Amino acid sequence: MTVLVDKNSKIIIQGFTGKMGSFHADEMIKYGSNVVGGVTPGKGGSKHLNLPVFNTVKDAVNETGADASILFVPPAFAADSAMEAADAGIKTCVAIVDGIPSHDMIRIKRYMRRYTKSSKMTLVGPNCAGIISPGKSMLGIMPGHIYKEGRIGIISRSGTLGYEAAQQLKNLNIGVSTSVGIGGDPINGSSFRDIIEKFETDDETDAILMIGEIGGPQEVAAGEFAKDNMKKPVIAYIAGLTAPKGRVMGHAGAIVSAYGESAIEKVEILKECGIIISKNPSVMGDTVKSVLEKM
Amino acid sequence: MDIHEYQAKKILSDFGVTIPRGGIVYSPENAENKAREIGGSRWVVKAQIHSGARGKAGGIIVCDTPLEVAQATDKLLGKKLVTNQTGPEGKIVNRIYIEEATDIECELYLGLVFDRSSESIMVVASTEGGMSVEEISKEKPESIIRSKIEVAVGMQSFQARELAFGLGIEPDLIRRASETIIGCYKAFSELDATMVEVNPLVISKQKQILALDCKMSFDNNAMFRRNQVSELRDKTQEDSKEVFASDRGLNYVSLDGNIGNIINGAGLAMASMDMIKLAGGSPANFLDVGGGATPEKIVKAFKLVTMDEKVKVILVNIFAGINRCDWVAEGIVEALKKIEVNVPLVIRLAGTNVEKGNQILKESKINYIEANTLEDAANKAVAALNKS
Repeated sequence: MTVLVDKNSKIIIQGFTGKMGSFHADEMIKYGSNVVGGVTPGKGGSKHLNLPVFNTVKDAVNETGADASILFVPPAFAADSAMEAADAGIKTCVAIVDGIPSHDMIRIKRYMRRYTKSSKMTLVGPNCAGIISPGKSMLGIMPGHIYKEGRIGIISRSGTLGYEAAQQLKNLNIGVSTSVGIGGDPINGSSFRDIIEKFETDDETDAILMIGEIGGPQEVAAGEFAKDNMKKPVIAYIAGLTAPKGRVMGHAGAIVSAYGESAIEKVEILKECGIIISKNPSVMGDTVKSVLEKM
Repeated sequence: MDIHEYQAKKILSDFGVTIPRGGIVYSPENAENKAREIGGSRWVVKAQIHSGARGKAGGIIVCDTPLEVAQATDKLLGKKLVTNQTGPEGKIVNRIYIEEATDIECELYLGLVFDRSSESIMVVASTEGGMSVEEISKEKPESIIRSKIEVAVGMQSFQARELAFGLGIEPDLIRRASETIIGCYKAFSELDATMVEVNPLVISKQKQILALDCKMSFDNNAMFRRNQVSELRDKTQEDSKEVFASDRGLNYVSLDGNIGNIINGAGLAMASMDMIKLAGGSPANFLDVGGGATPEKIVKAFKLVTMDEKVKVILVNIFAGINRCDWVAEGIVEALKKIEVNVPLVIRLAGTNVEKGNQILKESKINYIEANTLEDAANKAVAALNKS
């Protein structure tokens, strides 16, 4: 099985009947994802896109056996929706929405501490492109056709830079096992470390491409984890070499506020951890290729 | 979002922190009256700009008479103050805060920030108040004490007490010091702050614990539920191009170089800037038009980038996903009908329907240089710059 989603994943859309929810549900269905319904409180019992609508995530899970969800709800209600999914027994939840307050993200993560490791939902995002296992399932908003089926795992904070990497790989005839967008916020559901750990044990993945950027401790934490625990090669690119200190670069989390958070410092630390560095964003694909040739 | 010192002090005082008596003024006449109203025999006239290190830049003046207060206000109002945090262009002084002078016995440092590693609120305190936290961690790291606060349960009294004792505060004042620290914590957690810094937090000769200077920043994502805080925004303290951008839903940061950028996605924007630097150029801005790159956003982006006189070349780099390249290309062509671009324009499209997109650009009458990869785009932008 691939990381987080596969052909059998039963997906529900939270915020199903809204404009964004409808549009991307349709895109996911066209891609071949197994979308089984959606949730819009107050519209339970009706049909949308020929699929059942439920009032609560619990109802949806009970009726359809759903195990994955994707949130298209406004930022003010996103924390509530994510916790509802966790409580209903959803295994993987993707929050696409940009603009969730950091205090709310902390609240979600504290709430999820009540679950044991085996029953805890994996939250991916917010402010991300979602997850795709090419040819199997798409739980996200990415253009599915730029991902070729294959054996590279991608983890990226940025959406479009993740697309760029997938396209470069495809142009070199290299495919992707799963691509996970963890999002650009300062506090997110899953970290680089959480996801590379999943790739290490995934028998459909041979190597991992990690696309980071300035700000926060996550790239370094993943590097240190990889050094001690990973057998598969990890390739990394860190964006923001030219970013000034103390300024937020688009993503709420892309701000250098401490030592080890600039692109140069992250690259140095990752090198020491044995991570292979893609020296610029134009050679992410080439760097992966050269690593594969040596394997 | 940042706010002024006087606004932050008002907030802290609402949460039970003691602040010196003071008031905000907009004119010298106003200032003289305000000084009399506040009373006392010495006053501090403080320029209100969004920056620390105002003292070194001449933005803080101690006065002995109300007349001097008026003169100091006159001197500061309308002036641009340049500190080590404002950049060379400085920040304009439109508001003056008049405060009674405090007899200081000792100066402490108190700061609260989000700790991204532990995903909790970190309180940082030091006996070396008055210095910046960077200076303290360089010169007196042993003076720093930290306390991690679990957000779900909030700050407990013992945690505040430990910090107060750790700062060497005398037993009679521990209770008041704890209340002050908890007040700062509550302001942070109840108002969606991302930073609260009281520097210095002072103990006066009269044994009062006072916030003498204060900085606060807030989570922009939470402003939808913090009307009272969002009203405190002062756009005169922000770069005018950045205000223009944020009012139109664009993420923009003004930089020093001369290659203007229009890019979709923050990560791709940073990556493109890196490529420009590697190609020997220098970006004039960071600009993320958002993953969707709608035609409306592209028009706004061209307007914004062409406003910047430093810009000698414009680089457009769009990776189109669900929004196809042909649609993005039509948006660019439409934008260029409305906005005159007098500098070389390099356009790189990638993703869905890229051939169709490039064909639309070619068939339009627009004058541009086509690029295929990130590297190609950066190289062509720098080459165009060197030719112009």
